[in-house]
Amino acid sequence: MVRCFLIHTVCPVSALSAGESRVLYSRFFGPDEGVLAEQQRELSPEERRLLQVEKAAVVARQVRSAVSLSREASGRQLVEAVPGEEALALQEANSGVVRLRAGDPFSDEMSALWLGVQSLGFTLVCEPHENLLLAEGTLRNLTRHCLEHLHMLGQGSEVLLRSNRIDALLSRLLPHGQLLFLNHRFAQSLEKEVAAYMAK
Amino acid sequence: MYSHGSESLIKQAREIQEPELQKFYSRLVKLLQGKEFGHETIDSLQRLHLILSATKYTRTLPAELQKRLLSLLSSPAEQLQVLGSAVLRETLPLPGQELHCNQENMGPLNTHTAALLLSQAGSRADLSSLCAQLLRGLESRQSEGPAHSLAHTLPILNTILTHSPECLTEDHLTLLSKKLVDWLRYASITQGGGASSGGFFTGPRSRQPVPIAELDGTVSGDFFTVLCVGQGFTEDQWMNVYSFSMLRHWLLTYHSVSSGSTAADTANRLQLSLSLSHSHSFSNDDRSEVDGSVVSMVSATSSSSRLLPPKERLREKAFQYCLRLIEQSDRKAHKRTDTELQKACLVEAVCILDCVCVEDASLVYRTFPCVKALFGRLSSDLTFARVLLPIAQFYLNHGEMAAVDCESVWKLVFGQFPAELFNDPFLAHELLRFLRLNLESLQLRVPQYTRSFPNLLKFLAWDSPAVVDDFVDLLPSLVTAETAVELFHTLLDLPCLSATLVLQLRSTCSPISESGGRGLLSLDAFRSPSFRGLFLFLLRAEAGSGDTIDRLSTLHELLAEAVDWQRVVQCAQTVPVLLHIFFNTVVTAADEKLLAHLILAMLERSSLLLNLPTYIKEIHRVFSCHLLRLCKLHPSLVVDQSHELLEFAGTTANVYSKEEIYTHVVWVLGEYLSVSCDSRCSVRLITSCFEALEAVLFEITSSAPPPGAACPAPRVVTTLMSALAKLASRSHDLIPRVSLFLSKLRTVTRGGSVAWCSDEEDLIAIVTRGEELWSLLKTPGVAQSVLTPPQHVTTPQWHRDTNVSMPLQLRTLTSLTHSQ
Repeated sequence: MVRCFLIHTVCPVSALSAGESRVLYSRFFGPDEGVLAEQQRELSPEERRLLQVEKAAVVARQVRSAVSLSREASGRQLVEAVPGEEALALQEANSGVVRLRAGDPFSDEMSALWLGVQSLGFTLVCEPHENLLLAEGTLRNLTRHCLEHLHMLGQGSEVLLRSNRIDALLSRLLPHGQLLFLNHRFAQSLEKEVAAYMAK
Repeated sequence: MYSHGSESLIKQAREIQEPELQKFYSRLVKLLQGKEFGHETIDSLQRLHLILSATKYTRTLPAELQKRLLSLLSSPAEQLQVLGSAVLRETLPLPGQELHCNQENMGPLNTHTAALLLSQAGSRADLSSLCAQLLRGLESRQSEGPAHSLAHTLPILNTILTHSPECLTEDHLTLLSKKLVDWLRYASITQGGGASSGGFFTGPRSRQPVPIAELDGTVSGDFFTVLCVGQGFTEDQWMNVYSFSMLRHWLLTYHSVSSGSTAADTANRLQLSLSLSHSHSFSNDDRSEVDGSVVSMVSATSSSSRLLPPKERLREKAFQYCLRLIEQSDRKAHKRTDTELQKACLVEAVCILDCVCVEDASLVYRTFPCVKALFGRLSSDLTFARVLLPIAQFYLNHGEMAAVDCESVWKLVFGQFPAELFNDPFLAHELLRFLRLNLESLQLRVPQYTRSFPNLLKFLAWDSPAVVDDFVDLLPSLVTAETAVELFHTLLDLPCLSATLVLQLRSTCSPISESGGRGLLSLDAFRSPSFRGLFLFLLRAEAGSGDTIDRLSTLHELLAEAVDWQRVVQCAQTVPVLLHIFFNTVVTAADEKLLAHLILAMLERSSLLLNLPTYIKEIHRVFSCHLLRLCKLHPSLVVDQSHELLEFAGTTANVYSKEEIYTHVVWVLGEYLSVSCDSRCSVRLITSCFEALEAVLFEITSSAPPPGAACPAPRVVTTLMSALAKLASRSHDLIPRVSLFLSKLRTVTRGGSVAWCSDEEDLIAIVTRGEELWSLLKTPGVAQSVLTPPQHVTTPQWHRDTNVSMPLQLRTLTSLTHSQ
């Protein structure tokens, strides 16, 4: 199961302190783990929501530092891609995994797969026994669709103002956090639906 | 990408004022009251979502608006469902307005409504009733309703059983097991949807069912799997995809439940084995055996599983499905994405096979030939490394039972993988996780594991920040009496390994004729045959070829330019942490002889480190800390190693270059060179130590520091003075010599400034300390008990006893002195 999908910044943001990351989109799947955990049962729904927001922030921060460290280590220059060059941007993206220890911030251990595309990070938090090869493919696919359908290589703010597109995308390619074994025919059929949704 | 525009949007959303917000709400309610929802409605809903999600505080919506939003969930337009669900997920359900999922007031449950229900579930009971509803849907449904309407059911169930497996009752489990069998094994084998074999002009009547195809384009001869393609897909084929996607998790979750097999189960199994041994005819339960189709090996070997109870039947079908996938993965796919999918399927198939074999050991013998063949097929191709890891897991779990030789598997996992794929972050993550999870059984069954640390550490040297966490967990298992010393040296040289790996990759990337891209001197050295041995030692795959090398300083010189490479810097930052873990473990694993060896190695390596800024200092700090701990734990180590320690402490240059560690060595000598710690400690030894320290102290306090060095730290001076006083208190002949020195010190400093101490306050502190020691030494009996307190005074046990506790003693002493 995938626990959440995040889009967040991995570059310095003027309003934030160094090392912080701005979460632009976050989607948690399934029931909140706090509902079922013994210690957190007394939490009110508001507190649970706050806890979830903080969880997303913790993951984003960890990934942000992983991305910068990995970029520093590789010493490669970032290639600027413009709208229309989504494939190039994806090809140039760095990727990796962050191990999230139990309790930090999820109650069980998780693996956060990330893809750093220029100033943005796309992160999939999976249960560690998940098929990471499949998760990696799914993350790439999702990222490509996000870049294309929300014109994310441009200067617009569609990631904030068209987030329903990401929801619709996730409901097909990662329904309720379920990674799917989709061959190209199944994928095409879902992508057709996605395209129809985006056209509205 | 991320623009100022976006940043200011978030700011606006957060700072929106209450009156404005209320106006926005009522405008939105008005919009939602209309019959037709236009672009403006969509836009406003999206803005509402942004306002709610941008802040971590939960906003409460007006009841009317909330009600309108709820009704959007059953709107025919998906966009409205999506937005309704997204907005409501950011709010709290109003009191009394709960989503009663079991009342069918919202029509069939669509995926976006389900998402909202899941995210707002407040208890296990909510989840249970949602489960019950979904399963009723599955049960009652016989092909009415639009396609895909069932599709999201399985993912929802899977997400619920991730969090709360007990939500499903025994009946639910049986029902789902049966359904999964149907979808996995008996999905249609003809293409669905718009597929037609006829041309454009042929009417619907002449449409023939077109069989599904394999990824290489050939007609499929067996049951449908996720690796089958067609122009379109039927609903049960979609369900096949969803079923397989959740299969492993399902088996993992309920395997413990199903293991409690009843007498009936046993009887069934018995019957099955009988039927297998008596009839070799093909099973008659396989509906998929369409006349004339080519039955592949997998179907041919399938057993009469109809006799099995549902859970075991599912296990049997899962087993067959996986064998078929493995078979299908050998086909050459036309699309690159399908090639990737084949790999992912192999991983999944092997994991599922492992899982079913854990549940039912009798399957091990049926599975091993296939897994073995797969290993044979893939082991020479490192692009399949990530598939080979689950295979390794399978060998580890079942190899012993099947009496299979696993040597070649471990050669890959501990040999080639780290050596050649150290720069693959995903493989690193998965391999290290594999090690963490199987630590016990690896230590028990795979002796290569501990020996392979030079290789495994390549992951750390390459990408320290990403894997340091794993090594924090793994390192203790690599510390044994045999490996300790070599591991110690290897950890210290980790930054060198990091640099060498960079050079290794560069030298393979850029041809030898080019002068190594940027004309790196180290790259030339790496390629030069005369230094080959040094680099090969760093790159060794296994421990045991010697603890370290003689020409370390040469190596450090060759790599001098690497000290500002970010990768090397990052790596160096992790070494102190790992050294701490190393020492914490080694004291539990090693005998005194080994610890003595480590003390010597520390002294030696304190001047043999890659010259990274702060690295040397950090390492000295770690050394100091653990030198102290080791000596405290085994005080006789100091007498054992007195020769080397004295040599170190008697070298004046160490005062300036290794202040931290020097101070600690001096302290250790002063503290533990005593008969009470070790009876072998002779007067001669104390005297020679005294003389060595005296000489250094005299030297550093009688002249200015050597050119380029700073003044000796006051701490070094006072530690030396204390050590001398301690030694003198144990051999009273030495007392006059200390006193003489201390009195001289006072006279010299009376003039104010001295060349060896620039700070006046420091100087005063030093002199005060000297005076204290001097007056203490005037009464040798007292000096001895203060400077070398007997063991029972330093052991803290007695402050647990309130009657003899320190405060009580102090109070008694105070009353005595006051009465005088």
